[in-house]
Formats: sequence, C-alpha cells, structure tokens
Amino acid sequence: MKKKFIASIFILLFVVLVYSIMQMPAGVGVDSLAYSESTEYYIENAASETGVTNIVAAILTDYRAFDTLGETIVLFTSIVAVVSVLRPDKKYEEGERHE
Amino acid sequence: MNDIIVRSITRIVIPFVMLYGIYIVLHGHISPGGGFSGGALVGSSLILYTLVFGVDKARKKFSHRVSEIAESGGILLYLFVGALGIILSGSFLSNQSAGFPMGELGSLLSGGVIPILMIVIGIKVASTMISLFHILIEEEK
Repeated sequence: MKKKFIASIFILLFVVLVYSIMQMPAGVGVDSLAYSESTEYYIENAASETGVTNIVAAILTDYRAFDTLGETIVLFTSIVAVVSVLRPDKKYEEGERHE
Repeated sequence: MNDIIVRSITRIVIPFVMLYGIYIVLHGHISPGGGFSGGALVGSSLILYTLVFGVDKARKKFSHRVSEIAESGGILLYLFVGALGIILSGSFLSNQSAGFPMGELGSLLSGGVIPILMIVIGIKVASTMISLFHILIEEEK
C-alpha cells in the first residue's frame, strides 16, 4: 500500500515534469528568450560602463552586485548553520578556561 | 596519510595550485575566471593539505580565528564598499557613477571597485570551503 502510494506520487511528478518540458519555449536561435536585448546591451556597453573586459565579471559585480552580496550572505549563513549544529569549538573553549 | 610519495607530491603541488587560484582571483575582471572559481582553487589546495597532513597541522595554518575573521570581514568589506557607493553617488554598490578610478581598459588596476569585490568573493569562497571541511572532519574524529 505504502509502496504503491509512493510510486504513484513519483509517476505523478514525472508526468508534471514532462508536461513542463513540453511547455518550455522551443528552439535555440536569435529569437529565443535567452537572447534578448539585455544581452546586446551588455555586450555593447559593459566595457565603457564598468571598465572591465570580462563581461561576466561586469554583470556579477557591477550590474548584479546586489545579487552577489546575497550569494556571499548565503555562504556566510551556511557556515553559521553548520557551526551552530556541530559546535567544533567546544574543545577550544575548554582549553581557554584552563589558562 | 603516511605515504612519502603523496606527502612529497603534495608539498610540491600546493604552492602552484594556490598561486594559480590567486592569479585567477586577481585577473577576474580581465580574463575568464573570478572570485568563485579562484576561491574554489585556493580552498581545494588547503583541503588537499588537510587530507594529507591531518587536521591538527592544518588547524595551525587555518585556525578558527582566521576562519572567523575571513568570513565576517569579507562580508563587512563588501557592505563597506556598497555603503561607499551610497555616500558618493546615492545608490548602493554604484561603481562608475560614484567616481571610483576606472583605470585603463584591460589593465590589472581597472574597473573601479570590481577587483576589490572579486578579492572579497574569493576570500569568502575559499574560507567557506576550508571551514566546512574542517568542521565536518573534526566531528568525524
């Protein structure tokens, strides 16, 4: 019973995912969604507006710098979460108390 | 790991891996690469050191204190650069409009705050990788 239930959930998930693949915009080319005006804007203006030749770096740290700040905060939060769960500094604190 | 071949090769390889990682971070704004990939290289070189020489020796190279300073200091420096943008031009993390020196296109010192942010991201990624690995491997003991 439980196995059948889990299997049916997986089959349902598979159907939903396949359906969503069908709904994706088809075709790779100049008129696909990923190739919009913003791409041309970055290629034309990145060098003059940010002063760097690597457009990826220009987008990461200039146009979308706030997004990159969020990414660094995610890294920081991951460390804080792991430390708060595992507490590796217990030994360290006891060593300090002896002194 | 007590194998003399692995120990010797690691001693030779680590400086080159680290130097290449630092090169990729510093040249992030003029060639492919950047803070994330360069930081991952620096971090993995220290992970190799931990795997070969043990966590106790590695803790002397990269202690809890250094990890704390790198983690918090990186994010604070990023926020400080962003706040400088507010003071100078009115919007957070603004670069050219805030009047940071742009330099010559394609040279190492160019792009205003972009190299600083790249270095900050590199420090963050490297220290996050090393700290996570050290914390997990200490729990294992």
